[in-house]
Amino acid sequence: MAHVLGQHENTLVKAGAQRHGAINPLDPRMRIVMAVVFAVVTVAASSLTALCAALAVSLSLLAASRLPWRKTLKRMAMMDGFILFMLVLLPFSMPGDPMFTLWGFPASWQGFWKAVEIALTANAVILSLMVLVGTMEPVTLGHALHRLRCPEKLVHLLMFTIRYIEVLREEYLRLRAAMKVRGFRPATNWHTYRSFGYLVGMMLVRAIERSERILDAMKCRGFSGRMLLLQDFALTRKDFVFAAGLGALCAGLIILDLA
Amino acid sequence: MHIVDGALSNPVVIGGAVAAAGGIAMGLRSLDLDRIPTAGVLSASFFVASLIHVPIGPSSVHLILNGMAGLLLGWAAFPALFVGLLLQAVFFGFGGLTVLGINTLNIALPAVLAGLVFSRLIAHGSPLQGAIWGGVGGAFAIAATTGMVAFSLALSGDAFLPAAKLVFFAHIPVMAIEAILTGFAVLLARKVKPELFVKGAVA
Repeated sequence: MAHVLGQHENTLVKAGAQRHGAINPLDPRMRIVMAVVFAVVTVAASSLTALCAALAVSLSLLAASRLPWRKTLKRMAMMDGFILFMLVLLPFSMPGDPMFTLWGFPASWQGFWKAVEIALTANAVILSLMVLVGTMEPVTLGHALHRLRCPEKLVHLLMFTIRYIEVLREEYLRLRAAMKVRGFRPATNWHTYRSFGYLVGMMLVRAIERSERILDAMKCRGFSGRMLLLQDFALTRKDFVFAAGLGALCAGLIILDLA
Repeated sequence: MHIVDGALSNPVVIGGAVAAAGGIAMGLRSLDLDRIPTAGVLSASFFVASLIHVPIGPSSVHLILNGMAGLLLGWAAFPALFVGLLLQAVFFGFGGLTVLGINTLNIALPAVLAGLVFSRLIAHGSPLQGAIWGGVGGAFAIAATTGMVAFSLALSGDAFLPAAKLVFFAHIPVMAIEAILTGFAVLLARKVKPELFVKGAVA
């Protein structure tokens, strides 16, 4: 997943926190709920017209959000190597009307369209998720999930993870810099694997010791496990207009799919 | 190993979500207030570890380390890994939303199993013995995860079967690397902080 992030790009600090665009003023809770609704409707759809329409909806959300097009679309298209592989393999593994033959293996139209269908669904859902939810500040996501009645401990865990990802990443980069200074160059050999193993072990030991200090600091300040939320969310007319609009589009997708 | 939205059949997605919710509930029950910071910081560590690319021949693989997560976290590996997957999907567009449940299950269940089976073995004997068991645990977790990913694809349709098999065999080098790295990580942890594994899972 590191290829998604550039070498100098921060992990979560620069993620989210969109200041302008039409999506940002909307209530985070409504954005989460509508992203889930849209995802369920899109995954349930199976006709190509409906899926193309779903992707069009995601793209117009992207336009409304004013996120950078190229970067966002690149992230949307990024998939695990093996999923891409599976999509490429589908025409050959699914029986049906022959499309063409490659080295004696027949490819079928059915398999091809199935692969297109999966690619459209996956991209439409992940794009809408990134636009609607990924534009929030990570901490806001935690607060909104708490207000949506997510288990409190799970939200705590999420907030801790968000808080410490960047801290630990900096520690990782420090350790890597120290290794580099000592002439470490990764290659396919035992020395490399041992060094990386020690690196991971050291990171985990330090993480646990850090967490002990955090707990002490929290106890010292009387932490009782209660979430103190600094943000108050309020639904406004804008939110209802947005929900009604996206809801109508989802209904339209269902009708398009059934037709 | 993130499955994307739309690839799996509905029963697999729903079954995965229900099972993952159960696992997360188990994990949250095992987390009392004192253990939340540890679980949270470890969850962040595993997120960062997944950014590490290890060279293998002309290519490289990124670490998953779910075996190590299970060894350190026990059942809490479920919510911890779920949080990581959620953040990856929302902020980096990796994976999917409706498949969050099945993806969590595929990564966290092998982690928990590795923790249950191997954490005691790792704590006893010499650090080297512990490291070897750690390596076995790391390899087991990745093998089980790959197997479950392949199985969830195969359950969704016969057309995925060839891809599922190939995925499994293509991941054998990844299993070896995870095993070696987990082994060395355990070796270091046993030497630097011996009490870490003695009290069993941290959280």
